[in-house]
Amino acid sequence: MRAIEHRFGRYGGQYVPETLMPALAELELAWSEARADPGYRSELDTLLRDFTGRPTPLYLAARLSERCGRSVYLKREDLNHTGSHKLNNALGQALLARRMGKRRIIAETGAGQHGVATATACALLDLECVIYMGAEDTRRQAPNVQRMQLLGASVQPVQAGARTLKEATSAAIRDWVTNVGDTHYIIGSVVGPAPYPALVRDLQRVIGDEARAQLLEREGRLPGRVVACVGGGSNALGIFTAFLADADVELIGVEAGGEGIDTERHGAPLTVGGRAGVLHGALSAVMQDEEGQIVEAHSISAGLDYPGTGPQHAHLRDSGRARYEAVTDADAVAAFREVSRLEGIIPALETSHALAWTLARRDGELDLVCLSGRGDKDLAEVLAQ
Amino acid sequence: MSTIQASGVQRIADAFAHSGKRAALMPYLMGGFPTLEESVRIGRSCIAAGADLLELGVPYADPLADGPTIHEAGTRALAAGASLGGVLEVARELGEAVPVVLMCYANMVLAPGAERFVERLAQTGASGLIVPDLPFEEADGVLEACDARGLALVALVAPTTTPRRLAAIGARARGFLYTVSVVGTTGERAALSERFAEVVAQAKASTSVPVALGFGISTPEHAGQAADAGADGVIVGTRLVRAAAESDDPAAAVGSVVASLAEALL
Repeated sequence: MRAIEHRFGRYGGQYVPETLMPALAELELAWSEARADPGYRSELDTLLRDFTGRPTPLYLAARLSERCGRSVYLKREDLNHTGSHKLNNALGQALLARRMGKRRIIAETGAGQHGVATATACALLDLECVIYMGAEDTRRQAPNVQRMQLLGASVQPVQAGARTLKEATSAAIRDWVTNVGDTHYIIGSVVGPAPYPALVRDLQRVIGDEARAQLLEREGRLPGRVVACVGGGSNALGIFTAFLADADVELIGVEAGGEGIDTERHGAPLTVGGRAGVLHGALSAVMQDEEGQIVEAHSISAGLDYPGTGPQHAHLRDSGRARYEAVTDADAVAAFREVSRLEGIIPALETSHALAWTLARRDGELDLVCLSGRGDKDLAEVLAQ
Repeated sequence: MSTIQASGVQRIADAFAHSGKRAALMPYLMGGFPTLEESVRIGRSCIAAGADLLELGVPYADPLADGPTIHEAGTRALAAGASLGGVLEVARELGEAVPVVLMCYANMVLAPGAERFVERLAQTGASGLIVPDLPFEEADGVLEACDARGLALVALVAPTTTPRRLAAIGARARGFLYTVSVVGTTGERAALSERFAEVVAQAKASTSVPVALGFGISTPEHAGQAADAGADGVIVGTRLVRAAAESDDPAAAVGSVVASLAEALL
């Protein structure tokens, strides 16, 4: 097996134009060196502590637990600087880019959380930053556009297709094909060609590593279930990874059910279980038509509005180690409102999918839910409902 | 090692060997743009104006190797109802006169399975297949299927390709080696990149098949420079797609640009 995985079962790989292949090899080498280098690790750990605010708290949500009839712990990634788990990855990759001598950073963003995290890391490390964002998302996530610009990033609205995360990612890849010499692409999730799915997972696994230790200290036992929302799936793999070897811990990924998985308007490729396909450089579960055209996803949450997902999730599904279900727009919005009232925490709409799944269950004894981000960015969208 | 049958591979070799020009001319057209019928007319017009081979694009919703002009043409072709089946019929009609090489993104090739896709392509009489997001590491299954039917799976190399990769790709190249002249996506440029002659020389040293230069070649002057640098073929795409997009008579407009390119290669 390679030090850095290219395949997860049959999924993954490197389906990109030849122009990028040397850059992927360079990135793989740089990451295998950096992650073994105590100097890199120490600089990242110091920033995660002093700049990001890690470790994030593990919070026993008392009223939510009472409402669910069991203990529900929330891993508070919303309390990271910039308001989501995305900074864990953006900081790690920005440090890596600097180490590789790449001074220009590009990134895609859906909800804007990854764009804000990347713009923040670039401001901190004095790197040029260009963020691609679908024009529909610049509309529904306007406050995050202003944040990115304030942080010094250039935000490029993408007009193609449905003007959401899929097109923003395609535009970022095209930029990288053109400027690969001086540019590093900070992909925001566990998607894309190898080594990205493994690289982003390595940088996000801090979520689960911390939560597992915190829970063992508090409760003296492991959770029955670990629950997280899945678009590309970085917060989910981030919290799942520490529990993969704990066979008794159920891993639940919650996808965007949109208007229902029996309609065509959803973002749940893992749940509906269609044919595998290539999107943005990897073979994984994707939403596609008979001929292999990728179809548009739909979700009220911009971060889950994506027709693909990370290749390791597809493998975890097929192997049975993780289970994937979908929650509709309406149920996510209801959970957004309910958790705000119950706990005094306004969760991101993405996260609200995981919370809705948890709220709908009456079984189990101890759930650990990844509260992947805060919901301030979503107020306008929800209040307009 | 699989054996390679004659047919498509041989037709491509003959087209390069007998172009009667300093370099063979391979216009690109987007299948189904502006309509399926009109793309057949555009292809015929290219052939009449001196095309030695044709590259026929299959419209795709997420074309990562293409710049805005070809992306937009693909989007419009899909909106106009172009399907893979329709584009394969275009290949069938044009392939009677010159070798047609289909340009298709990986997911559409892999969706039905490489075997079935290539079988369907072979039945149209097409001569080769270009998959711009399928580097050689991922290409085994498609290469095997193409070899079994005498179709050329055309490999790409770029200015960023390392010498070691170039040797591996050149050794596996079928039909011709598609040499990308610039670091970037498809699209017109004011001038060829500074390194294009070096890229052509390195590509030629790596392989026994003809070397065709593409991406960014948009004027007769560029085409002549590519031939001067030793390219065995010249691929022109975006310039022609733009001509089709901007004209009320796309076939005539494209034909006139192709004629000027062909003249520069005499």
